[in-house]
Amino acid sequence: MLIVQGAVSLGLIFSLMAMGVYLTFRVLEMPDLSAEGSIILGAGTAARLVSGGFNPFVATFIATLVGCVAGLVTGVLHTKFKIPPILAGILTMVASYSVVIRIMGTSNVALLPHGPNRVTSVFTFLQEAGLSRQAAIILLSAVMVVVVGVVLYCFLGTEAGSAMRATGNNRHMVKAQGISTDAMVILCLMISNGLIGLTGALWAQQQGFASVDMGIGTIVIGLASVIIAEVLFRVRNVWARLITLVVGSIIYRLIIALALNLDFLSPTDLRLLTAVIVTIALTLPLIVEKFSKPIDKTKGRRK
Amino acid sequence: MLQIENLNKTFNPGTPIENHVLHDVSLRLEEGDYVTLIGGNGAGKSTLLGGVAGTFLPDTGKITIGGTDVTHLAEHRRAVYLGRVFQDPMTGTAANMNIEENMALAYRRGKRRGLGWYIRAKERDLYRERLSTLELGLENRLSDKVGLLSGGQRQALTLVMATLKQPRVLLLDEHTAALDPKTAPKVLEIGSKIIEAYNLTTMMVTHNMRDAIRHGNRLIMMSGGRIVLDISGEEKQKLTVEELVAKFSQASDEEFTGDQALLG
Ligand SMILES: Nc1ncnc2c1ncn2[C@@H]1O[C@H](COP(=O)(O)OP(=O)(O)OP(=O)(O)O)[C@@H](O)[C@H]1O
Ligand SMILES: [Mg+2]
Repeated sequence: MLIVQGAVSLGLIFSLMAMGVYLTFRVLEMPDLSAEGSIILGAGTAARLVSGGFNPFVATFIATLVGCVAGLVTGVLHTKFKIPPILAGILTMVASYSVVIRIMGTSNVALLPHGPNRVTSVFTFLQEAGLSRQAAIILLSAVMVVVVGVVLYCFLGTEAGSAMRATGNNRHMVKAQGISTDAMVILCLMISNGLIGLTGALWAQQQGFASVDMGIGTIVIGLASVIIAEVLFRVRNVWARLITLVVGSIIYRLIIALALNLDFLSPTDLRLLTAVIVTIALTLPLIVEKFSKPIDKTKGRRK
Repeated sequence: MLQIENLNKTFNPGTPIENHVLHDVSLRLEEGDYVTLIGGNGAGKSTLLGGVAGTFLPDTGKITIGGTDVTHLAEHRRAVYLGRVFQDPMTGTAANMNIEENMALAYRRGKRRGLGWYIRAKERDLYRERLSTLELGLENRLSDKVGLLSGGQRQALTLVMATLKQPRVLLLDEHTAALDPKTAPKVLEIGSKIIEAYNLTTMMVTHNMRDAIRHGNRLIMMSGGRIVLDISGEEKQKLTVEELVAKFSQASDEEFTGDQALLG
């Protein structure tokens, strides 16, 4: 039960990242590696501000904005300086490691209770209202996921959101319709990395600390959720896809939790496991297709 | 409506592959002019249209559209004045989005994209009405993904999109070249019908001499980055394919001997 609770709370928090990754990888069709930078920027900013006595909600909001700035940098590098998207993302990511140490002042910040109310995170107020820590995390994260999901869905349906989806689809057409593709790319990267910064901020508060190396491999976690969602649920609507991203993110966490529970695996195997899960999810459709081919052939003949 | 003055463009200047593609091209289109543009491969037809559309900035020269100087305007900024249909049916539409989403994007050409919903209910009536003129049944498929349409259907849709907001100039670059022999004339007819209905100032590139003669009120031939022939009015109506072919080979011969002279 404890394992499931932990998986659900982390899964909910990281589904915000999954939405961010979905925006760049799927909506914009531009792989963005600055995600690993914005997640530690978000975590580091929130940790520094909360431990410095800031209201955790304000801190989380500022952390989200810092994530947006990381997206802005990648976007400008790509659109204005014509740096290929992957390299632009890597540059931002690498720079973030230094920036986050500047923000935190050290490479590690613990979120110790402080102030008269002994605040340590955005979850504290729910705990004071009588919820267990785990329940507080799940409740607040779920609320955030719903709010972000609804806002994101509505945005993608607006004129600007429609222009953004078209930019990922066909940049020639978008320009011919009088839309600045550069502006759309930058906007999408900012929203995406803002969400990932928010993920980092919540994650740091959930685990009680932020460290400079906590972001390594998280892009693959985000991608894993997206791909699990796509392999398991063949939906076409944007709203259905957003819901499946949350489910995919929780499923990923459950798989990881169960696997790490096995005796021969240790927590340090997490990243290897993640890579294996993504690989399996990516190849599964191929395997299924291969084994279902003979059936298709007979069907074709009967026609 | 469209004025091009002394346009010059050299690709890759200062390198071994330097290519002076447009030589002092000047051209003036009056309102309602429907110009067909012919010329051999590499004559610079697409480059001329690209210069008008702003896919690159010219080295020298000036372009005004309906009195507005657009010479230094970015491609997406001058799109407000232009309707464009491309050779590749994939280029003009967003395949992953449905017909009404594509049309709604085109309907807002030149407007700021805000946080209003991407389409308003009453727009759908307009879209159905415009699509029904194609007689392809697309008006009943507004929520179908454009990727499901055939190349001809996509080009017809792109034509409707390009003219949904009346453009000052319509640019068609071999927009039927990728279509099969049965579909191509249909799309061409659809285009001409729309152009006549709205009296659109149009430049249409084609490799088909007969189409070039039959459509439009003016015919221009390019060769080696220059306009070598400009026929309009009665003279164009009387033009035969044979005469045009003769003029065409004459122009390319001249270009050839010109190059020879340079080499010698
Ligand atoms: N972006 C570019 N960079 C370098 N060279 C280019 C570029 N665009 C066009 N060219 C060159 O300019 C010349 C004219 O090309 P253009 O596409 O305008 O010809 P065209 O008349 O449209 O020919 P076609 O009938 O084959 O379409 C060609 O030699 C081409 O290689
Ligand atoms: Mg061409």
